[in-house]
Amino acid sequence: MTTPPPQNDPAQRGRAPKPTQRVVVTSPRTRAPRARRPYSGTREINEQSELGAVYMRTLIRAQRRLGLSVMLVVCASLGVLPLLFSIEPDLGKARVLGLGLPWFLLCVATFPMLLLAGWFYVRQAERSEREFAELVERP
Amino acid sequence: MTSGYAIVAVLVVALGTILVGTYGLRVSRTTSDFYVASRTVSPWWNASAIGGEYLSAASFVGIAGLIFAYGPDMLWFPVGYTAGYLVLLTMVAAPLRRSGAYTLPDFAEARFRSRVVRAVASILALAIGWLYLLPQLEGAGLTLNTVTGAPDWVGALIVTVVVTANVMSGGMRSITFVQAFQYWLKLTAITVPIMFLVVVWQVHGAESLTKAEFPHFPHDTEVKFHKDTAIHVEQSIFIKGSGRIDDTHIENTGLVLTSGNHRIGLGSEFTFPQGAPVPHLSTMGHNTNAMWALPESGGEKFPLYGAYSLIIATFLGTMGLPHVIVRFYTNPNGTAARRTTLIVLGLLSVFYLMPPIYGALGRLYTPELLMTGQTDAVVLVLPTRMIDGIGGQLLGALVAGGAFAAFLSTSSGLVVSLAGVLSQDVLRLGGVRGFRISTVLAGIVPLAMTFVSSGMPVADMVGLAFAVAASSLCPLLMLGIWSTRITTVGAIAGMLAGGVPALTAGLVTMFTATGDSWYTVLLSRPAAWTVPLGFAVMYVVSLLTQRHVPPGVQRTMVKLHAPENLGLDGSGPSSSSSDERS
Repeated sequence: MTTPPPQNDPAQRGRAPKPTQRVVVTSPRTRAPRARRPYSGTREINEQSELGAVYMRTLIRAQRRLGLSVMLVVCASLGVLPLLFSIEPDLGKARVLGLGLPWFLLCVATFPMLLLAGWFYVRQAERSEREFAELVERP
Repeated sequence: MTSGYAIVAVLVVALGTILVGTYGLRVSRTTSDFYVASRTVSPWWNASAIGGEYLSAASFVGIAGLIFAYGPDMLWFPVGYTAGYLVLLTMVAAPLRRSGAYTLPDFAEARFRSRVVRAVASILALAIGWLYLLPQLEGAGLTLNTVTGAPDWVGALIVTVVVTANVMSGGMRSITFVQAFQYWLKLTAITVPIMFLVVVWQVHGAESLTKAEFPHFPHDTEVKFHKDTAIHVEQSIFIKGSGRIDDTHIENTGLVLTSGNHRIGLGSEFTFPQGAPVPHLSTMGHNTNAMWALPESGGEKFPLYGAYSLIIATFLGTMGLPHVIVRFYTNPNGTAARRTTLIVLGLLSVFYLMPPIYGALGRLYTPELLMTGQTDAVVLVLPTRMIDGIGGQLLGALVAGGAFAAFLSTSSGLVVSLAGVLSQDVLRLGGVRGFRISTVLAGIVPLAMTFVSSGMPVADMVGLAFAVAASSLCPLLMLGIWSTRITTVGAIAGMLAGGVPALTAGLVTMFTATGDSWYTVLLSRPAAWTVPLGFAVMYVVSLLTQRHVPPGVQRTMVKLHAPENLGLDGSGPSSSSSDERS
């Protein structure tokens, strides 16, 4: 952003060329809070236009798909266990690392899997929010 | 196992909680401080506080007790309690925070703009909260009974008084500190003893936990019966002592307990000989340790239905618990709410590694609890039983202190959130005074309920609270957040269609004896049919009443889902009113 030219600028135009002039050049302070200029995407949403609704629907669908798929994958992989143990009782007798298979799966293996799924979800959800922000803030 | 150290530990925990609370009194001044700690809580503090609040009596003593009695089917409790946070993270964490709701009724009103939806949600939140407080108080009674021999109601009374006084004086800010501190206390109190116990078990020769033989008394064991107990004896045993068996009364003499069913009277004290197979409650299956370690060995009528019902209740119920939701408000924004939830997942995962080990070791060292039915006491009794002398007593004291911390912290969280609901929606009393009156009411009701309940295992009771939450408030949150089609009529119908049957089933199970009927499991594990019912009714009724879609639902959706820093507050200038409540 350049400093505005001095107010008497038009008056000077007709005269002889002026000697070299000093112009102050500044840059915006990037750390300062973002000025709330009405970028188009943001404005579309706040004004409830059709386009704004499309933006929002895209975000909500993306987040819903992500959340549901992480949740369903985890729940299905855990939820199939009681059925397996019921259909094939011999599975309950198998041993892993000195523990019975049901004990190993439910006491040891489940928790890291839940953490991993949670970490993956948080990363993806934050990414899709960043992409949404870039989309709506594009002027 | 009366122990002076354990009494000291319980007292220290209770006094410590009061002290930290009083310290909070000097910090909290305004109404906003009282309710939500003025939103100045960092994710780690917040996650520790959630962990501290969430790890209840059911987690600390109940899970180990159920695993000890019924085997690996009960591992679904710790798995479900943790996985519930994954469902909460993926489905509701960020939108719930962005809704600006402090309690569930707040969310209902913010989303549906309807006082009626709010009122229904309030009643359900109260019912769930009280249903959840009851087992905490029962657990406190059990702990105090185990370590001091005091009657059951003493522990319940102490917890109620400490919690009510604390919440009244300090409010939420002090509670956040108390809760965060209590998570780490509980983790220490359950981890340190089990490490010693596993070492001792190794030193004793690491006897297999899954041998193909029935549990037997490891040495001559004196057993006191705290209530009339119906037991089944597999093989005749010669016992000594005084008390009443069936209709004979004996005084300091020996007696042959023949195989078959017997009733042992309250207050009896008998010594069972070393090596004899342990009689068991007549309602419990009789299993060798090898059979116990297999799935579907618990002797339930429909084990597969029971397992799935438990999974549904715990996975989906977590998000509907009133004290969990309050914690999301204290996050600064939706992103922080997600990160907090992820930390909580980690904290819970570490904690839940421990209770199954207690349950398994209990089969070897404290099998007499299978006979007295006090299976919830296995965590409390094990240290003194496995380690003689002062070492065992100190570890026992640590566990007792941790257990008491569990009751105090969960009850505190529940009382805070229930008092919030009571003062805003039921009594309509604002300000600090209204909050205090509500706090007293929130504590007294469950205390009164402990006198009439039928004494089922605490983890099972907590399971019922989860079932009600999963069938009523979970559909409200999930469908309300992710679908624009839900109408006010649909929301109300769905909450009632899922919540009322689940609540009825829970109350019938808790306060009456349903016996052995085929439908017992449908009542004691209602989630598998009430949850689909709640979801289906809410969605179908909404589709039928599309004219009643709440006004401004698009703006509400913007508020729930758009990141905060974009200047999309969703409802424009008219929205700031919802923030004034804090």
